[in-house]
Amino acid sequence: MSDKMHIKLNVNGEDHEFLAEPRDLLIYALREKLNITGPHVGCDTSHCGACTVTVDGKSVKSCTMFVAQANGAEITTIEGIGQPDALHVLQESFREHHGLQCGFCTPGMITRATKLLEENANPTEEEVRFGMAGNICRCTGYQNIVKSILAVASELNSAKEAAQ
Amino acid sequence: MIPAAFDYYRPKDVEGVIALLQEHGDDARVMAGGHSLIPMMKLRMAEVPHLIDLQDIAALKGIAIDGDTITIGAMVTQHELINHDGLSAAAPILSEAALQIADPQVRYMGTVGGNIANGDPGNDMPGLMQCLDAQIELLGPEGTRKVAAREYYEAAYMTDREDDEVLISVRFAAPTGGYSYEKQKRKIGDYATAAAAVQITKAEGKVATASIAMTNLSDVPVWSEDAGDALVGTTCDTEAMKAAVAAMLGDIDPTEDNRGPVAFKRHVAGIILTRAITRAWDRA
Repeated sequence: MSDKMHIKLNVNGEDHEFLAEPRDLLIYALREKLNITGPHVGCDTSHCGACTVTVDGKSVKSCTMFVAQANGAEITTIEGIGQPDALHVLQESFREHHGLQCGFCTPGMITRATKLLEENANPTEEEVRFGMAGNICRCTGYQNIVKSILAVASELNSAKEAAQ
Repeated sequence: MIPAAFDYYRPKDVEGVIALLQEHGDDARVMAGGHSLIPMMKLRMAEVPHLIDLQDIAALKGIAIDGDTITIGAMVTQHELINHDGLSAAAPILSEAALQIADPQVRYMGTVGGNIANGDPGNDMPGLMQCLDAQIELLGPEGTRKVAAREYYEAAYMTDREDDEVLISVRFAAPTGGYSYEKQKRKIGDYATAAAAVQITKAEGKVATASIAMTNLSDVPVWSEDAGDALVGTTCDTEAMKAAVAAMLGDIDPTEDNRGPVAFKRHVAGIILTRAITRAWDRA
Protein backbone atom coordinates (compact mmCIF):
# COMPACT_ATOMS: atom_id res chain seq x y z
CA MET A 1 0.00 0.00 0.00
CA SER A 2 1.29 3.43 -0.86
CA ASP A 3 1.18 6.38 1.51
CA LYS A 4 -2.04 8.27 1.80
CA MET A 5 -2.21 11.69 0.25
CA HIS A 6 -3.81 14.80 1.59
CA ILE A 7 -6.59 15.58 -0.90
CA LYS A 8 -8.50 18.85 -1.25
CA LEU A 9 -11.63 19.01 -3.38
CA ASN A 10 -14.26 21.66 -3.78
CA VAL A 11 -17.48 19.77 -4.43
CA ASN A 12 -20.65 21.68 -5.21
CA GLY A 13 -19.16 24.83 -3.68
CA GLU A 14 -18.04 23.19 -0.46
CA ASP A 15 -14.40 22.54 0.46
CA HIS A 16 -13.45 19.04 1.57
CA GLU A 17 -10.13 17.76 2.87
CA PHE A 18 -9.41 14.12 3.47
CA LEU A 19 -6.75 11.41 3.22
CA ALA A 20 -6.86 8.98 0.34
CA GLU A 21 -4.63 6.59 -1.51
CA PRO A 22 -3.61 7.96 -4.91
CA ARG A 23 -5.15 4.87 -6.54
CA ASP A 24 -8.62 5.62 -5.14
CA LEU A 25 -10.87 6.52 -8.04
CA LEU A 26 -12.73 9.81 -7.87
CA ILE A 27 -16.16 8.11 -7.95
CA TYR A 28 -15.34 6.06 -4.82
CA ALA A 29 -13.86 9.06 -3.03
CA LEU A 30 -17.06 11.03 -3.71
CA ARG A 31 -19.41 8.21 -2.75
CA GLU A 32 -17.60 6.57 0.13
CA LYS A 33 -15.51 9.32 1.72
CA LEU A 34 -17.80 12.31 1.13
CA ASN A 35 -21.14 10.44 1.02
CA ILE A 36 -22.03 12.19 -2.24
CA THR A 37 -23.92 9.31 -3.82
CA GLY A 38 -25.65 11.03 -6.75
CA PRO A 39 -23.01 9.94 -9.28
CA HIS A 40 -23.47 6.20 -9.74
CA VAL A 41 -21.11 3.33 -10.48
CA GLY A 42 -22.56 1.68 -13.57
CA CYS A 43 -20.03 -0.22 -15.63
CA ASP A 44 -16.85 0.89 -13.84
CA THR A 45 -15.09 0.73 -17.24
CA SER A 46 -15.63 4.29 -18.62
CA HIS A 47 -18.35 3.20 -21.02
CA CYS A 48 -21.70 4.01 -19.41
CA GLY A 49 -21.40 7.57 -18.07
CA ALA A 50 -23.48 6.98 -14.90
CA CYS A 51 -20.52 8.35 -12.89
CA THR A 52 -20.28 11.58 -14.91
CA VAL A 53 -19.35 14.67 -12.88
CA THR A 54 -18.01 18.06 -13.92
CA VAL A 55 -14.33 18.58 -13.04
CA ASP A 56 -12.96 22.08 -13.65
CA GLY A 57 -15.53 22.64 -16.38
CA LYS A 58 -15.14 19.29 -18.12
CA SER A 59 -17.58 16.38 -18.19
CA VAL A 60 -15.59 13.48 -16.74
CA LYS A 61 -16.29 9.82 -16.08
CA SER A 62 -15.22 9.74 -12.45
CA CYS A 63 -14.53 5.98 -12.57
CA THR A 64 -11.59 6.80 -14.84
CA MET A 65 -9.93 9.53 -12.82
CA PHE A 66 -7.74 8.94 -9.79
CA VAL A 67 -8.62 11.13 -6.83
CA ALA A 68 -4.98 12.27 -6.94
CA GLN A 69 -5.58 13.71 -10.43
CA ALA A 70 -8.57 15.64 -9.14
CA ASN A 71 -6.65 17.06 -6.15
CA GLY A 72 -7.33 20.81 -6.06
CA ALA A 73 -10.21 20.66 -8.54
CA GLU A 74 -13.70 22.13 -8.47
CA ILE A 75 -16.29 19.43 -8.94
CA THR A 76 -20.01 19.58 -9.59
CA THR A 77 -22.23 16.54 -9.09
CA ILE A 78 -25.98 16.15 -9.54
CA GLU A 79 -26.38 17.33 -5.91
CA GLY A 80 -24.91 20.69 -6.96
CA ILE A 81 -27.25 21.01 -9.92
CA GLY A 82 -30.62 20.63 -8.21
CA GLN A 83 -32.23 19.71 -4.90
CA PRO A 84 -35.47 17.76 -4.22
CA ASP A 85 -37.30 20.99 -3.34
CA ALA A 86 -35.61 23.06 -6.03
CA LEU A 87 -35.20 20.97 -9.16
CA HIS A 88 -33.01 22.17 -11.99
CA VAL A 89 -34.89 22.97 -15.18
CA LEU A 90 -33.40 19.81 -16.78
CA GLN A 91 -34.68 17.69 -13.90
CA GLU A 92 -38.15 19.23 -14.32
CA SER A 93 -37.97 18.49 -18.01
CA PHE A 94 -36.91 14.86 -17.49
CA ARG A 95 -39.92 14.50 -15.16
CA GLU A 96 -42.26 16.23 -17.59
CA HIS A 97 -41.15 14.24 -20.66
CA HIS A 98 -40.60 10.90 -18.93
CA GLY A 99 -36.86 11.11 -19.57
CA LEU A 100 -36.18 8.31 -17.10
CA GLN A 101 -37.48 4.88 -16.31
CA CYS A 102 -35.38 3.19 -13.61
CA GLY A 103 -33.44 6.42 -13.05
CA PHE A 104 -30.02 4.85 -12.54
CA CYS A 105 -28.37 6.69 -15.45
CA THR A 106 -30.21 9.96 -14.78
CA PRO A 107 -27.65 11.76 -12.55
CA GLY A 108 -24.98 11.22 -15.20
CA MET A 109 -27.37 12.14 -18.00
CA ILE A 110 -28.38 15.42 -16.37
CA THR A 111 -24.85 16.33 -15.28
CA ARG A 112 -23.63 15.78 -18.84
CA ALA A 113 -26.64 17.60 -20.34
CA THR A 114 -26.02 20.74 -18.25
CA LYS A 115 -22.52 20.96 -19.73
CA LEU A 116 -23.80 20.21 -23.24
CA LEU A 117 -26.32 23.07 -23.08
CA GLU A 118 -23.69 25.37 -21.57
CA GLU A 119 -21.46 24.78 -24.61
CA ASN A 120 -24.26 24.72 -27.18
CA ALA A 121 -27.40 26.51 -26.05
CA ASN A 122 -29.36 25.70 -29.19
CA PRO A 123 -28.47 22.16 -30.27
CA THR A 124 -30.10 20.15 -33.03
CA GLU A 125 -31.46 16.70 -32.19
CA GLU A 126 -28.36 15.21 -33.82
CA GLU A 127 -26.07 17.40 -31.71
CA VAL A 128 -27.89 16.30 -28.54
CA ARG A 129 -27.51 12.64 -29.48
CA PHE A 130 -23.82 13.13 -30.37
CA GLY A 131 -23.17 15.18 -27.23
CA MET A 132 -24.84 12.56 -25.02
CA ALA A 133 -23.07 9.63 -26.69
CA GLY A 134 -20.98 8.94 -23.59
CA ASN A 135 -24.05 8.15 -21.49
CA ILE A 136 -25.89 4.86 -21.78
CA CYS A 137 -29.47 4.17 -20.64
CA ARG A 138 -30.12 0.44 -20.34
CA CYS A 139 -33.86 1.04 -20.20
CA THR A 140 -33.14 2.47 -23.68
CA GLY A 141 -35.22 5.56 -23.00
CA TYR A 142 -33.22 7.67 -25.41
CA GLN A 143 -36.15 9.22 -27.30
CA ASN A 144 -37.50 10.83 -24.18
CA ILE A 145 -34.07 11.78 -22.85
CA VAL A 146 -33.35 13.65 -26.07
CA LYS A 147 -36.85 15.18 -25.99
CA SER A 148 -36.28 16.38 -22.39
CA ILE A 149 -33.00 18.07 -23.28
CA LEU A 150 -34.33 19.67 -26.47
CA ALA A 151 -37.35 21.01 -24.56
CA VAL A 152 -35.05 22.76 -22.07
CA ALA A 153 -32.97 24.26 -24.87
CA SER A 154 -36.05 25.58 -26.60
CA GLU A 155 -37.47 26.94 -23.32
CA LEU A 156 -34.20 28.70 -22.46
CA ASN A 157 -33.92 30.16 -25.94
CA SER A 158 -37.48 31.50 -26.01
CA ALA A 159 -36.93 33.01 -22.53
CA LYS A 160 -33.77 34.65 -23.89
CA GLU A 161 -35.64 36.02 -26.92
CA ALA A 162 -38.45 37.34 -24.71
CA ALA A 163 -35.89 39.14 -22.53
CA GLN A 164 -34.40 40.84 -25.58
CA MET B 1 -11.47 -3.10 -10.19
CA ILE B 2 -8.95 -1.49 -7.91
CA PRO B 3 -5.52 -0.89 -9.43
CA ALA B 4 -2.30 -1.83 -7.67
CA ALA B 5 -0.94 0.85 -5.36
CA PHE B 6 1.41 3.48 -6.72
CA ASP B 7 3.22 6.64 -5.76
CA TYR B 8 1.81 9.70 -7.49
CA TYR B 9 3.82 12.64 -8.83
CA ARG B 10 2.64 15.83 -10.48
CA PRO B 11 5.79 17.68 -11.61
CA LYS B 12 5.59 21.28 -12.83
CA ASP B 13 8.05 20.99 -15.71
CA VAL B 14 9.47 18.44 -18.14
CA GLU B 15 12.84 18.44 -16.36
CA GLY B 16 11.06 17.10 -13.31
CA VAL B 17 9.50 14.35 -15.42
CA ILE B 18 12.84 13.28 -16.88
CA ALA B 19 14.42 13.22 -13.41
CA LEU B 20 11.65 10.91 -12.15
CA LEU B 21 11.96 8.65 -15.19
CA GLN B 22 15.72 8.39 -14.66
CA GLU B 23 15.28 7.66 -10.97
CA HIS B 24 12.63 4.95 -11.35
CA GLY B 25 13.34 3.51 -14.80
CA ASP B 26 10.89 0.81 -15.88
CA ASP B 27 8.83 1.27 -12.72
CA ALA B 28 7.70 4.76 -13.76
CA ARG B 29 5.24 5.81 -16.44
CA VAL B 30 3.89 9.15 -17.51
CA MET B 31 0.15 9.68 -17.74
CA ALA B 32 -1.58 12.28 -19.90
CA GLY B 33 -5.40 12.04 -19.82
CA GLY B 34 -5.23 8.53 -18.41
CA HIS B 35 -8.09 7.16 -20.51
CA SER B 36 -5.95 4.35 -21.94
CA LEU B 37 -3.68 3.79 -18.94
CA ILE B 38 -6.22 3.89 -16.09
CA PRO B 39 -8.47 1.18 -17.58
CA MET B 40 -5.36 -1.00 -18.05
CA MET B 41 -4.29 -0.33 -14.45
CA LYS B 42 -7.78 -1.18 -13.19
CA LEU B 43 -7.64 -4.48 -15.05
CA ARG B 44 -4.14 -4.97 -13.59
CA MET B 45 -2.83 -5.42 -17.11
CA ALA B 46 -0.53 -2.49 -16.37
CA GLU B 47 1.25 -2.05 -13.07
CA VAL B 48 2.84 1.34 -12.51
CA PRO B 49 4.62 1.71 -9.17
CA HIS B 50 5.46 5.36 -9.92
CA LEU B 51 2.81 7.32 -11.83
CA ILE B 52 3.82 10.70 -13.25
CA ASP B 53 0.83 12.92 -14.07
CA LEU B 54 1.64 15.51 -16.77
CA GLN B 55 -1.41 17.75 -16.16
CA ASP B 56 0.51 20.66 -14.59
CA ILE B 57 3.07 21.06 -17.39
CA ALA B 58 1.93 24.14 -19.27
CA ALA B 59 4.68 23.76 -21.90
CA LEU B 60 2.93 20.66 -23.28
CA LYS B 61 -0.46 22.32 -23.79
CA GLY B 62 0.01 24.63 -26.76
CA ILE B 63 -1.21 24.60 -30.35
CA ALA B 64 1.01 26.69 -32.65
CA ILE B 65 0.34 27.48 -36.30
CA ASP B 66 3.46 29.19 -37.64
CA GLY B 67 3.21 29.84 -41.36
CA ASP B 68 2.45 26.40 -42.76
CA THR B 69 3.93 24.49 -39.81
CA ILE B 70 1.57 23.14 -37.17
CA THR B 71 2.83 22.05 -33.75
CA ILE B 72 0.54 20.39 -31.23
CA GLY B 73 1.67 19.87 -27.63
CA ALA B 74 1.32 16.39 -26.20
CA MET B 75 -1.22 17.47 -23.53
CA VAL B 76 -3.68 19.11 -25.95
CA THR B 77 -6.94 17.23 -25.46
CA GLN B 78 -9.14 15.94 -28.27
CA HIS B 79 -11.79 18.41 -27.08
CA GLU B 80 -9.35 21.33 -27.39
CA LEU B 81 -8.19 20.14 -30.80
CA ILE B 82 -11.78 19.94 -32.10
CA ASN B 83 -12.65 23.41 -30.78
CA HIS B 84 -9.53 25.25 -31.99
CA ASP B 85 -10.65 27.51 -34.84
CA GLY B 86 -7.23 28.02 -36.39
CA LEU B 87 -6.52 24.30 -36.44
CA SER B 88 -9.89 23.40 -37.91
CA ALA B 89 -9.13 25.82 -40.77
CA ALA B 90 -5.48 24.80 -41.27
CA ALA B 91 -5.89 21.02 -40.98
CA PRO B 92 -9.58 20.07 -40.96
CA ILE B 93 -8.81 16.34 -41.09
CA LEU B 94 -7.73 16.59 -37.42
CA SER B 95 -11.12 17.55 -36.06
CA GLU B 96 -12.88 15.21 -38.49
CA ALA B 97 -10.84 12.34 -37.01
CA ALA B 98 -10.98 13.49 -33.38
CA LEU B 99 -14.78 13.73 -33.47
CA GLN B 100 -14.81 10.00 -34.22
CA ILE B 101 -12.74 9.13 -31.14
CA ALA B 102 -14.63 7.73 -28.15
CA ASP B 103 -17.29 10.03 -26.65
CA PRO B 104 -17.48 13.60 -25.26
CA GLN B 105 -16.36 12.73 -21.73
CA VAL B 106 -13.34 10.81 -23.01
CA ARG B 107 -12.44 13.60 -25.47
CA TYR B 108 -12.28 16.14 -22.61
CA MET B 109 -9.55 14.05 -20.98
CA GLY B 110 -7.92 12.11 -23.82
CA THR B 111 -4.91 13.83 -25.34
CA VAL B 112 -3.23 13.95 -28.73
CA GLY B 113 0.10 12.94 -27.17
CA GLY B 114 -1.32 10.00 -25.26
CA ASN B 115 -3.14 8.73 -28.32
CA ILE B 116 0.05 8.91 -30.40
CA ALA B 117 2.46 7.68 -27.74
CA ASN B 118 0.97 4.55 -26.27
CA GLY B 119 1.09 2.41 -29.40
CA ASP B 120 -2.42 0.92 -29.20
CA PRO B 121 -3.19 -0.23 -32.78
CA GLY B 122 -6.79 0.91 -32.28
CA ASN B 123 -5.86 4.56 -31.70
CA ASP B 124 -6.78 6.95 -34.52
CA MET B 125 -4.04 9.60 -34.23
CA PRO B 126 -1.07 7.36 -35.20
CA GLY B 127 -2.45 6.59 -38.68
CA LEU B 128 -3.50 10.20 -39.09
CA MET B 129 0.00 11.41 -38.18
CA GLN B 130 1.48 8.99 -40.73
CA CYS B 131 -0.89 10.34 -43.37
CA LEU B 132 0.28 13.88 -42.54
CA ASP B 133 3.96 12.77 -42.43
CA ALA B 134 4.29 14.24 -38.92
CA GLN B 135 7.47 14.42 -36.88
CA ILE B 136 7.19 13.23 -33.29
CA GLU B 137 9.33 15.13 -30.80
CA LEU B 138 10.76 13.17 -27.85
CA LEU B 139 12.55 14.64 -24.86
CA GLY B 140 15.08 12.58 -22.91
CA PRO B 141 18.07 13.11 -20.63
CA GLU B 142 20.23 14.04 -23.64
CA GLY B 143 17.75 16.57 -25.05
CA THR B 144 15.17 16.30 -27.80
CA ARG B 145 15.08 14.22 -30.96
CA LYS B 146 12.57 13.88 -33.77
CA VAL B 147 11.20 10.68 -35.23
CA ALA B 148 8.96 10.43 -38.29
CA ALA B 149 5.50 9.07 -37.39
CA ARG B 150 5.99 6.66 -40.28
CA GLU B 151 9.03 5.19 -38.43
CA TYR B 152 7.77 5.42 -34.85
CA TYR B 153 5.63 2.27 -34.47
CA GLU B 154 7.36 -1.10 -34.05
CA ALA B 155 4.59 -3.41 -32.80
CA ALA B 156 1.49 -3.19 -30.60
CA TYR B 157 2.43 -0.94 -27.64
CA MET B 158 6.07 -0.95 -28.83
CA THR B 159 7.43 2.29 -30.21
CA ASP B 160 10.76 3.97 -30.85
CA ARG B 161 10.41 5.91 -27.56
CA GLU B 162 12.91 4.93 -24.85
CA ASP B 163 11.76 4.41 -21.24
CA ASP B 164 13.40 7.67 -20.12
CA GLU B 165 11.87 9.75 -22.93
CA VAL B 166 8.60 11.69 -23.05
CA LEU B 167 6.65 12.55 -26.18
CA ILE B 168 6.34 16.33 -25.98
CA SER B 169 4.85 17.42 -29.31
CA VAL B 170 3.98 16.52 -32.85
CA ARG B 171 4.73 18.72 -35.86
CA PHE B 172 3.67 18.63 -39.51
CA ALA B 173 3.19 20.86 -42.52
CA ALA B 174 -0.38 22.15 -42.90
CA PRO B 175 -1.95 19.81 -45.44
CA THR B 176 -3.35 21.15 -48.71
CA GLY B 177 -6.02 19.77 -51.03
CA GLY B 178 -8.84 17.43 -50.10
CA TYR B 179 -9.03 15.29 -46.99
CA SER B 180 -11.13 12.63 -45.35
CA TYR B 181 -11.08 10.52 -42.20
CA GLU B 182 -13.48 7.58 -42.50
CA LYS B 183 -14.01 5.11 -39.69
CA GLN B 184 -16.16 1.99 -39.45
CA LYS B 185 -17.01 1.04 -35.88
CA ARG B 186 -19.53 -1.24 -34.21
CA LYS B 187 -21.02 1.56 -32.15
CA ILE B 188 -20.24 5.15 -31.27
CA GLY B 189 -17.24 5.28 -28.95
CA ASP B 190 -15.71 2.08 -30.29
CA TYR B 191 -12.28 1.61 -31.79
CA ALA B 192 -12.20 1.16 -35.56
CA THR B 193 -13.01 -2.06 -37.35
CA ALA B 194 -11.21 -0.18 -40.12
CA ALA B 195 -10.34 3.48 -40.58
CA ALA B 196 -8.66 5.44 -43.37
CA ALA B 197 -6.93 8.83 -43.39
CA VAL B 198 -6.59 10.35 -46.86
CA GLN B 199 -5.11 13.61 -48.16
CA ILE B 200 -5.20 14.31 -51.92
CA THR B 201 -4.00 17.29 -53.96
CA LYS B 202 -5.25 17.99 -57.48
CA ALA B 203 -3.51 19.63 -60.44
CA GLU B 204 -5.01 20.03 -63.91
CA GLY B 205 -7.84 17.65 -63.11
CA LYS B 206 -5.56 14.84 -61.97
CA VAL B 207 -4.27 13.58 -58.64
CA ALA B 208 -0.97 15.35 -57.94
CA THR B 209 -0.20 13.75 -54.57
CA ALA B 210 -1.99 11.26 -52.35
CA SER B 211 -1.23 10.06 -48.82
CA ILE B 212 -3.14 7.11 -47.36
CA ALA B 213 -2.91 5.55 -43.89
CA MET B 214 -5.03 2.81 -42.32
CA THR B 215 -5.91 2.17 -38.66
CA ASN B 216 -6.48 -1.03 -36.65
CA LEU B 217 -5.70 -3.32 -39.58
CA SER B 218 -2.28 -4.46 -38.35
CA ASP B 219 -0.40 -4.31 -35.04
CA VAL B 220 0.86 -0.89 -36.16
CA PRO B 221 -0.71 1.88 -38.22
CA VAL B 222 -0.16 1.31 -41.95
CA TRP B 223 0.93 4.12 -44.26
CA SER B 224 0.45 2.62 -47.72
CA GLU B 225 2.78 4.36 -50.12
CA ASP B 226 1.69 2.07 -52.97
CA ALA B 227 -1.98 2.94 -52.43
CA GLY B 228 -1.19 6.64 -52.71
CA ASP B 229 1.00 6.05 -55.79
CA ALA B 230 -1.84 4.15 -57.46
CA LEU B 231 -3.88 7.37 -57.50
CA VAL B 232 -1.20 9.82 -58.64
CA GLY B 233 -1.64 10.94 -62.26
CA THR B 234 -5.16 9.49 -62.52
CA THR B 235 -8.50 11.29 -62.54
CA CYS B 236 -9.38 9.30 -59.41
CA ASP B 237 -11.79 7.19 -61.43
CA THR B 238 -13.16 3.80 -60.37
CA GLU B 239 -10.21 1.91 -61.84
CA ALA B 240 -7.71 4.06 -59.94
CA MET B 241 -9.60 3.60 -56.69
CA LYS B 242 -9.68 -0.16 -57.20
CA ALA B 243 -5.92 -0.14 -57.76
CA ALA B 244 -5.41 1.91 -54.58
CA VAL B 245 -7.57 -0.49 -52.57
CA ALA B 246 -5.69 -3.50 -53.99
CA ALA B 247 -2.37 -1.89 -53.04
CA MET B 248 -3.64 -1.09 -49.53
CA LEU B 249 -4.85 -4.69 -49.07
CA GLY B 250 -1.30 -5.81 -49.82
CA ASP B 251 0.03 -3.72 -46.94
CA ILE B 252 -2.44 -4.47 -44.11
CA ASP B 253 -2.38 -7.55 -41.91
CA PRO B 254 -5.53 -7.69 -39.79
CA THR B 255 -6.18 -10.39 -37.20
CA GLU B 256 -9.46 -11.94 -36.15
CA ASP B 257 -11.00 -10.56 -32.97
CA ASN B 258 -14.38 -9.49 -31.61
CA ARG B 259 -14.69 -6.98 -34.48
CA GLY B 260 -14.77 -9.84 -36.98
CA PRO B 261 -12.78 -12.36 -38.99
CA VAL B 262 -9.92 -11.40 -41.28
CA ALA B 263 -11.97 -11.62 -44.50
CA PHE B 264 -14.58 -9.22 -43.07
CA LYS B 265 -11.94 -6.71 -41.95
CA ARG B 266 -10.33 -6.73 -45.39
CA HIS B 267 -13.75 -6.19 -46.96
CA VAL B 268 -14.50 -3.27 -44.62
CA ALA B 269 -11.03 -1.79 -45.19
CA GLY B 270 -11.72 -1.66 -48.94
CA ILE B 271 -15.09 0.02 -48.52
CA ILE B 272 -13.81 2.55 -45.99
CA LEU B 273 -10.80 3.47 -48.15
CA THR B 274 -13.00 3.87 -51.25
CA ARG B 275 -15.31 6.20 -49.30
CA ALA B 276 -12.37 8.18 -47.93
CA ILE B 277 -10.75 8.61 -51.35
CA THR B 278 -14.08 9.62 -52.91
CA ARG B 279 -14.69 12.25 -50.27
CA ALA B 280 -11.11 13.58 -50.27
CA TRP B 281 -11.19 13.88 -54.08
CA ASP B 282 -14.53 15.73 -53.95
CA ARG B 283 -12.95 18.20 -51.54
CA ALA B 284 -9.63 18.53 -53.46
